[in-house]
Amino acid sequence: MTAVTDKLNPAGAREVWRGYPLVRHLLTAALALVAVIVVLTAVDDFQATKLTEMAYIAIAAGGLTLLTGLNGQISLGHGALMAFGAYTTALMYDEPDSSPPLVLVVLTAVLVTVIVGILIGIAAARLHGPYLAGATLTLAVAVPGLGNQFKETLGGDQGLRVSRPEIPQWAADAAYYLTGSDPSTSKYFAFLAWCTLIITFLLLANLASSRVGRRWAAVRDDEVAAEIAGIDLTRARVSAFVVSAAAAGAAGAMFALAQRTVSPLGFSLNLSLTLLAIVVLGGLGSLTGAILLSGVLVFLPQFVQDLGAGADIDATRASQMATLVFGLTMVLVILLAPRGLAGGFRSLKARLTSSVAARRSSSDSPTGGSAAPTDSDSSSLTETEDSTTPIITKKGTS
Amino acid sequence: MLQFTNTALAGLVLGMIFAAFALALVLIWRSTRILNFAQAPMAVLTTYIALVMIEDGRSYWLAFVVALLCGLVLGAVVERVIIRPVEGKPDINAVILTLGLFIVFKSGAEVIFGTKLRTYPPSFGIRGVEIGGTTVGITTSDFFTIGAVLATMAVLVALFRFTDLGLKMRAAANNQEVARLLGVKVGAMLTLGWALAAVVGSLSGLLIASGGLVQPSYMDSIVVFGFIAAVIGGLESPVGAVVGGLLLGFSLSFVSGYIGAQLVALVALGILMVVLMLRPGGLFAATQGRRV
Repeated sequence: MTAVTDKLNPAGAREVWRGYPLVRHLLTAALALVAVIVVLTAVDDFQATKLTEMAYIAIAAGGLTLLTGLNGQISLGHGALMAFGAYTTALMYDEPDSSPPLVLVVLTAVLVTVIVGILIGIAAARLHGPYLAGATLTLAVAVPGLGNQFKETLGGDQGLRVSRPEIPQWAADAAYYLTGSDPSTSKYFAFLAWCTLIITFLLLANLASSRVGRRWAAVRDDEVAAEIAGIDLTRARVSAFVVSAAAAGAAGAMFALAQRTVSPLGFSLNLSLTLLAIVVLGGLGSLTGAILLSGVLVFLPQFVQDLGAGADIDATRASQMATLVFGLTMVLVILLAPRGLAGGFRSLKARLTSSVAARRSSSDSPTGGSAAPTDSDSSSLTETEDSTTPIITKKGTS
Repeated sequence: MLQFTNTALAGLVLGMIFAAFALALVLIWRSTRILNFAQAPMAVLTTYIALVMIEDGRSYWLAFVVALLCGLVLGAVVERVIIRPVEGKPDINAVILTLGLFIVFKSGAEVIFGTKLRTYPPSFGIRGVEIGGTTVGITTSDFFTIGAVLATMAVLVALFRFTDLGLKMRAAANNQEVARLLGVKVGAMLTLGWALAAVVGSLSGLLIASGGLVQPSYMDSIVVFGFIAAVIGGLESPVGAVVGGLLLGFSLSFVSGYIGAQLVALVALGILMVVLMLRPGGLFAATQGRRV
């Protein structure tokens, strides 16, 4: 009757792994850091640029995952929120000689986006479903226009150039010590973006498995019950929106540093829609899914282009086809597997391990039966019995 | 004074187009409680079909009619095949689904037709009409736009108010179970509702395109403005949609003419927020205290 996993993991280690999310997240983050260093050493500069792109998309998608998956608010405005972070970064790095410290710039970008996020979040907290979608959609369409309206400061269609800071000496030394070669600029910024990703996701994952995350999930699952339990609905909604806006701001800062130009075109409606597609396909609530799907989004066009090398497909067309594939998959996922691709994998895994083991582990868990959908990568977040149930389901009382 | 008149006239034409688009959204919302965000790219597809026909040397009006018919079929197919499974599910599923369709249709149009700007020929003249010696900013094409939207509205009102079919459609929209018990084929009525909405959506796409430049993203802002117009009208009433469209058209035209064209969407967002905060049910709300 004992599940295979029990034999592999001694009970004590399992207890620690399940019961202390902070330990688990820190360990995962450390492993991820090592993996990032190894991968970035191995790849060439072009792939490093692509990986940077993947990182900032994933950061924004991570924030949106929390908002949509955990709190049940939909936002089509996250591309626009990224624009605030990116423009802030570009404005602070407008001259080559005067470059403020990087950490300060990123934090300012996050702060500016947070302020915008508070304003939007307060309005959004009162809206539901299609109304919220429509309002944030308006935001996504409206914000790029700002860049054109204030041509003097924001550069109009051409946008702003970002003069990136030099690689600090200590970073170059450390890279030389670790890898035996001087880091290229693109690899340095790739590393920076991935470090930001790891820090952001560490914070998001901890937040999701904390009291705050449980409140967000409670508001998503049943407003009335949450309110009776003493949760301030507006505060929970606004705080979720602000946290996810902060992630979008960090993503915007990384976007500016990676792309070196910030223009309205970079934050079109497509970006916002793609972010939502990533979150949906990643399984609405799975941070891991958000990273994986960001990778798919960034590398799929290249793959399509390689496939169609004989068929005369240029880069633009390849990325359009990739978007088409993404949209089609999104429609199919909603129709066929409403828990997303990651959810599909999880249910497969759950089917492989026996149902007895599943029941055992839930009663074994140190928090008792009260474990609300807490952490980002546990299967309980949007897990439901059968595939026909809606994406965001009301939890049972068990 | 002339600038004021011209801005007002531009607002009228713009408002009519928003009204048509909002009407399409309202048609679907009434029957299925779904907001079809994919309405705009669907209209883009049909407009491109018309454009390709015109570029092939076919007659302008043949292309116009074919595009509307394509819209009819597209709407019916989308409802029957894609939307039907999520009807009655939590609204976030439908929202995500129509947004997915948005991506599919738009990138589909980009892949098939390319992103290059193309000229769409005007329906009628594009010279301003002369009144009392001065040329005002309204063209014969604009008169056609206004006429077409008004005619569509009249047909829809007549359909819903005076025909058996319209009565069945209203019954299916208001209470599916009772309608079904009374022998109304609810499914067919919903499909018909979507098909009609897609025709109206295609019409607004064709009207915007006529005499202008077309590219797969040319309707992106219209989906937003149409939505706002529909919300101003309360999402329920066709009359509200038209009034909302006109109000929005005038406001945005004046913002664009006197303050700055790039701020239009932002002002629209402001209008939307004010309406949702103060009168969430829209200006024509029949029921009070609806959740938005």
